[in-house]
Amino acid sequence: MVEIIKRGAEAILYLIFDKTFSKKVLVKERIKKGYRIPELDEEIRKSRTRREARLINEARRVGVAVPRIFSAVGYKIEMDFIKGQRLKELLNETNDVQRAQLANQIGEAVGVLHKNEIVHGDLTTSNMILKDNKVYFIDFGLGQFSKRVEDMGIDLAVLKQALSSTHFMYLNKIWENIIKGYKNTNTNANTILECLDKIERRGRYIKR
Amino acid sequence: MKVPHLNSGNTFGVGIVRDNGEILANTRSIYTPEKGGIVPREAVAHHSEKAKEIVEKSLQEAKLKLADIDLISFAAGPGLLPCLRIGAVIARTLALRLDKPIMAVNHMIGHVEIGKLTAGCKDAVVLYVSGGNSLVLTFTGGRYREFGSTQDIAIGNALDMFAREAGLKHPGGPKIEQLAKKGSWISLPYVVKGCDLSFSGIVTDAIKKLKTEKLEDICFSLQETCFSMLTEVVERAVAHTDKEEVLLTGGVAANKRLQEMLSIMCKERGAKFHVVPAEYSGDNGAMIAWTGLLAYKSGQRQKIEDTEINRFWRTDQVDVTWLK
Repeated sequence: MVEIIKRGAEAILYLIFDKTFSKKVLVKERIKKGYRIPELDEEIRKSRTRREARLINEARRVGVAVPRIFSAVGYKIEMDFIKGQRLKELLNETNDVQRAQLANQIGEAVGVLHKNEIVHGDLTTSNMILKDNKVYFIDFGLGQFSKRVEDMGIDLAVLKQALSSTHFMYLNKIWENIIKGYKNTNTNANTILECLDKIERRGRYIKR
Repeated sequence: MKVPHLNSGNTFGVGIVRDNGEILANTRSIYTPEKGGIVPREAVAHHSEKAKEIVEKSLQEAKLKLADIDLISFAAGPGLLPCLRIGAVIARTLALRLDKPIMAVNHMIGHVEIGKLTAGCKDAVVLYVSGGNSLVLTFTGGRYREFGSTQDIAIGNALDMFAREAGLKHPGGPKIEQLAKKGSWISLPYVVKGCDLSFSGIVTDAIKKLKTEKLEDICFSLQETCFSMLTEVVERAVAHTDKEEVLLTGGVAANKRLQEMLSIMCKERGAKFHVVPAEYSGDNGAMIAWTGLLAYKSGQRQKIEDTEINRFWRTDQVDVTWLK
């Protein structure tokens, strides 16, 4: 019995019952795309599956809350199903105190990821889930391992952009607390934030 | 009824459109550099030299006199500054001489609107691909917003750059498309960063491979790689916005393989695929005429002094008053 819980652009997510662990686990399967030639299609799906599993495992090793991975074979990753509240809704619904605390936690976690050369690639609040008072990060499908300050700057730019469209009412306060948390865990924060500033000023067709 | 001029790059075009969307004339003259890319100074010389002839030709085609024209529109950006300027000067002169209203139109929105008119769609995820732009646009909150775009060069530019290095004559896109039919797969870098794309690294690698691989194989793989990247971002936009239509517009829309990929993707997702007819895919006057007319009919008015050109004009800076 397969229970599909999400159809994304490149993967489907469904729950299966895993006998070894005697519990429901989440499967992320990258599906075939008819528009790509098979050679390219298989290359992309395999390498992205492998890379995503490695990123999640590494994030877990350095202490960021992420799903546990049980297996990553071919085009499928089997992992923990994180059941909690999405920050996309929670950040707007909660009170100022919790909002500040959540933002701080996001900042600290992203700081840790970047310190360990993990770039998430899609830092939106849809990809953050609160469970047992911890913010879990999911969907590393667009992530990469990188030492480059530029890539970390872009990661933050994506986050800020996402916040300004979904949480514009609280943007300043949230961002302030994220930066506070980020600086707490990342000694290179100032350099990366300078880079973020540059990235924001160089978009196409923006008045300088 | 209205005339417009378009010239933000190598094309000087004039179109005449009725307010029911009937296109009465669409004439143009394209400046083709003898070698290399567009030289703005030469493009301007070409445009000013051809302007009178093209305006007259369009009137003949529409069987109208200059005095029958009710509105003048022109492309005010984005584009090459000298080319935008010559178009603006000609449009303002005509508007003043005929004492008719004038509209400064965003070139990129022109491509979107002519696509919607001629391909017949309403609210699509738009892929606008040309020599100067590679954008995925969606209409939300009264504006055409950028869902994704290239971080460096445009797809058309990428194909042209490669074609030039491979010794193929301008325009390179159609020649690459022909050669690709006989090629087989070799691996090139595939660069999608979230919703954004990058083509410059792929071109560099493809040029490097000219020394070791067959030209047909590189052409094939270059198209497969770049078009798969574009299709992937469009698919992401469709999944994200839940829109049910996709529109392909701009000069590179003429490529059959790109059309095929998008059409397969749409079929797999249950969306409807539309492509702008070849006649209106490249830069043309009708698209500016039509977009100016839409803006005018929805109540927008401009004075001559408001029709400033803006070479960095983004789509999301334009209030789309003609759509709800």
